[in-house]
Amino acid sequence: MSDTLDSTAAGMQRRSLLKGTAGILATGIAPFVHAQDKIVLRYLGTAVNQDKAIAEKFKADTGIEIQYVAVTTDDVTKRAVTAPNSFDLIDTEFFSLKKIVPTGNLKGIDTKRVKNAGKITSLFTTGTVAGKAVGDQGTAPKKVIFLEGEKSKAFAKAPTQFMSLIPTTYNADTLGIRPDLIKRPISSWAELLNPEFKGKAAILNIPSIGIMDAAMVVESKGIHKYADKGNMTKAEIDLTIKTLIEAKKAGQFRALWKDFNESVNLMASGEVVIQSMWSPAVTAVRSKGIDCVFQPLKEGYRAWASGFGLPATLSGKKLDGAYEFINWFLDGWAGAYLNRQGYYSAVLETAKTKMEAYEWAYWMEGKPAAQDIKSPQGDVIAKAGSVRDGGSYEQRMGGIACWNAVMDENEYMVKKWNEFVAA
Amino acid sequence: MSASAVSSHAASQPLRAVKPWWQAAPFTAVFVVFFLVPLALTLMVSFWNFNEYELIPGFTFKNYAAIFEGCSHLTDNGDICVTLKTYLSTLKFCVLVWAITLLVGFAVAYFLAFHVRSPGVQTALFVLCTVPFWTSNVIRMISWVPLLGRNGLVNQGLMGLGLVDKPLDWLLFSDFSVVLAFVHLYTMFMIVPIFNSMMRIDRSLLEAASDSGASGWQTLWNVVVPLSRTGILIGSIFVITIVMGDFVTIGVMGGQQIASVGKIIQVQTSYLQFPLAAANAVILLAVVLMIIWGLTRLVDIRREL
Repeated sequence: MSDTLDSTAAGMQRRSLLKGTAGILATGIAPFVHAQDKIVLRYLGTAVNQDKAIAEKFKADTGIEIQYVAVTTDDVTKRAVTAPNSFDLIDTEFFSLKKIVPTGNLKGIDTKRVKNAGKITSLFTTGTVAGKAVGDQGTAPKKVIFLEGEKSKAFAKAPTQFMSLIPTTYNADTLGIRPDLIKRPISSWAELLNPEFKGKAAILNIPSIGIMDAAMVVESKGIHKYADKGNMTKAEIDLTIKTLIEAKKAGQFRALWKDFNESVNLMASGEVVIQSMWSPAVTAVRSKGIDCVFQPLKEGYRAWASGFGLPATLSGKKLDGAYEFINWFLDGWAGAYLNRQGYYSAVLETAKTKMEAYEWAYWMEGKPAAQDIKSPQGDVIAKAGSVRDGGSYEQRMGGIACWNAVMDENEYMVKKWNEFVAA
Repeated sequence: MSASAVSSHAASQPLRAVKPWWQAAPFTAVFVVFFLVPLALTLMVSFWNFNEYELIPGFTFKNYAAIFEGCSHLTDNGDICVTLKTYLSTLKFCVLVWAITLLVGFAVAYFLAFHVRSPGVQTALFVLCTVPFWTSNVIRMISWVPLLGRNGLVNQGLMGLGLVDKPLDWLLFSDFSVVLAFVHLYTMFMIVPIFNSMMRIDRSLLEAASDSGASGWQTLWNVVVPLSRTGILIGSIFVITIVMGDFVTIGVMGGQQIASVGKIIQVQTSYLQFPLAAANAVILLAVVLMIIWGLTRLVDIRREL
């Protein structure tokens, strides 16, 4: 519990003591002394984004060591708020910024020190894809990516020199289905609550994301049209949860899931045929030889994005090292690596130079694979001739309806969500 | 203790008084730092205010009020409020699991203590009982899925035998599977203390009972059970406290669809609503302490030990 208290303005000595203890306890890493020249960056994030190959390649290129600290999405936020000295680089979701930035624990990233900052995709800076605006309900990155200054607790309305996070990976989520068990086309979010799939549906039990999926369903069933799905009123939360409770009582859900592996398990075992899902989970089910589709739906996608941030206290060599990592990350190799996993990277043009033409055509342009598509590890994940779910980058990212979000009524929403779980 | 007491016999009076305190000091320190202080902090935070990203020191009953909000009347759907419902559901699991682990644990302990004669075999069987603890909690629970799922072994077996014509859904992600997993996990906590009590029963008492003409059941009920009650009580405390606070087992085996107090606390902490979570934890602690207090009224554990 000690790490819960750090954010309070209690006596300085106790506070720093607690902070230090919390940091050590929380990371599970004993404090150690660095050699004079060697820089080690503690990289806090979720396991999904912490690829060993990226850290190895970076070390080979620059000599700087990355030390991964893997926790869950919610814990990244918790750590950023309560133990801001326990990491040197944070990889967090944009929607968490509403909680982290007001604490002043993040440093604005100086875009003048980031070579490719100007090439970061327009989806983040202006909320457009190929010149067309995409859905900005929820915590769209353009609303939170710029800070008023290096030491700022407020988001800037217009682009500035300082960014809160440098985007790393982002994608657009939809429903995953088992076409072999459903045996008919699925084209709408409403199908999640279709009684046809009674006892064979699942929704994810992370309140802030689950409620968005539920809102997509409610809207597509024509029950209610939200002004902003990512920032509902109390009445809208009530309505959404009521719809979920009715479905749950009727036995619609086989399970709720919280962990990526649970969703893979539910789908692969056939316990569930339609559910909220994440892109790598679909790939994981497929790699078991089971037919699973990340189904594009007519109402659009629920998008998410994560990025790198720097703790406010970072300085000296470590700060230089962190900027070096960010520059290296946007330089293409890492972007190409992530693109090959089915994510999208922040600076597309540098990534393109590190990918084969047929790979780029398959992953980014939605064209049939000219030859077998391999994962970065060398496994064949798509046969020649197959096409990526959701088509090209423009089709998919252009189809964004809303973004993962933290609502103003978050506390009320979590309370109502607990009601749904208990119903 | 006794050795040091003897050797220091000639030593001065204050030294004798100080020594035992030093012996107790390490554990006391651990207890204070890792239990009493966090507990006091939890209690303190439960009265604080909070917003999205920080705790605001203060003194308010808002958090407690929020937990019991709407509990004075039924909801629109005719349900009781979430808090009561969650506690009732948790208590239900507690009673079921306690009863089943007690029966199974008592039977196993009885078998080990009275039917297995050789200490070697006893030890071997005892180690066998700990097998479920050799794999990680999560793996153990996830492995129930291929067994109890729609396409799992049990359903395939039942359908193969022609006992059912379509897979049974209630085998997995149901109250049944939650209780099953709990019993599988925690019977061990019943077996150990009961076995320990039984081993200390003087065997001549059993002979005396049978010499006096008592039947097997009479001996069991009038001699073995009363003399094992310390073990039963300790086992019960283990099982009840674990089940009351569990959220992982209920989460995984209930398909995240069954609420538990622990789960609510976990959700609240992950959304940085620490004061609410702390208030919930304090209430949970109070409920568990009341149950244990009730149990210790039944058996005077200090006298029995």
